[in-house]
Amino acid sequence: MAATVDARGLSCPQPVIMTLDEIKKGKDTAIVILVDTDTSKENVTRAAESQGCQVNDVSPEGEGYRITITKG
Amino acid sequence: MIQGKNIFATRWGIIAVGAVIGILAPLLQKLGNPGNMGICVACFERDIAGALGLHRAGVVQYLRPEIIGFVLGSLIAAYIFKEYRPRVGSAPIVRFVLGAFAMIGALVFLGCPWRAVLRLAGGDGNAILGLLGLIFGIWVGTLFLKNGYNLGRTQTTHAAVGWKLPLIMLGLLGLMFIFRQVQGQDQSGVLFYSLKGPGAMHAPLVLSLIVGLGIGFLAQRNRFCTMGAIRDTLLFGQIHLLSGFISLVVFAFLTNLILGQFKAGFAGQPVAHIQHIWNFAGMTLAGLAFALAGGCPGRQLFLSGEGDGDAAVFVLGMIVGAGFAHNFRLASSPNGVGPHGIAAVMIGLLVCLFIGFTMRRKSA
Repeated sequence: MAATVDARGLSCPQPVIMTLDEIKKGKDTAIVILVDTDTSKENVTRAAESQGCQVNDVSPEGEGYRITITKG
Repeated sequence: MIQGKNIFATRWGIIAVGAVIGILAPLLQKLGNPGNMGICVACFERDIAGALGLHRAGVVQYLRPEIIGFVLGSLIAAYIFKEYRPRVGSAPIVRFVLGAFAMIGALVFLGCPWRAVLRLAGGDGNAILGLLGLIFGIWVGTLFLKNGYNLGRTQTTHAAVGWKLPLIMLGLLGLMFIFRQVQGQDQSGVLFYSLKGPGAMHAPLVLSLIVGLGIGFLAQRNRFCTMGAIRDTLLFGQIHLLSGFISLVVFAFLTNLILGQFKAGFAGQPVAHIQHIWNFAGMTLAGLAFALAGGCPGRQLFLSGEGDGDAAVFVLGMIVGAGFAHNFRLASSPNGVGPHGIAAVMIGLLVCLFIGFTMRRKSA
């Protein structure tokens, strides 16, 4: 079961802060992040990669994107 | 699969755009814009407030086409790349207040973050104090962010809601063509123009507009943000945006050298004063307000172009703040801070602290 971070409607840096929090504190190795702007999509994937996480999938969902990452 | 990689948002993309801005800004100065003010979002919005008569400081009245171009260029890029997302509702009134105080702080220093680095690249040592203040203000902002500061979520809305600021800008552009500047006159129809001072110095209208459109387009693509550059470095150790900001300084410095516009020193710099404490404190206020609002004044214009109605409210807050700054004599001049500038900075800092302390995410 993957943890879900719902960052839709939040502007940067909130989506990144929430993602990093989950990477550091969460128990699940798989994390799904929901965002609604391209800026957030880029910022979250960039931040996840800088933490050594693997970005498995970025797919459009509703008005935004569903990003799936795995902790490194 | 990860699809549609945005090349503008790569490391080299952002460095390239920083370089483009760094070269174009001193060129605009060469073509007529004020000293070390090839582009200054705060100063230019202040000039717009003057052109519209929201303040009557005679030396800073010109409806700057660069600002109009920033918003419209971003709108065009957002539509072409299908990134236009109309959204509103993340504490707009707070963003208005932050915009107003950001402007008041910036006008105590005499420049936005863009102009701070352009001043540095032109040899103005006072910019160092301003930049240190900016970094300090943003650092305070990151402390609030770490403690859950948050203005809440936006809602998706009608496309036409996001067109509001672009349409206002289009309307202003229309006014500019209807009421063209008349040589030797300080008014043309409803618009005010400066006969002397920085407001009287400007590059040709069409050229300013084209440069504005170009920068707006590029900056929408790569999310160029000067506040974000410093914030992300302090908050995450992420230097992606910072590389663009540094590229801007380096290329502006080189362009100034080539054009003979570099003059090192503190005293006698164009549109600048040498009161170090207030250069620092003014930008501390601006930096904190930008950090709490999530973007530097340039970024707020680019966000407005891609449909962010809250960023648009911040922009309007800045323009109204400029009105207050000059009507209440809060803004500095080359002679130093205005009679009520210090009080305004203090009040602004208290307001920002109040916002930072009281608007936090309820712990889940």
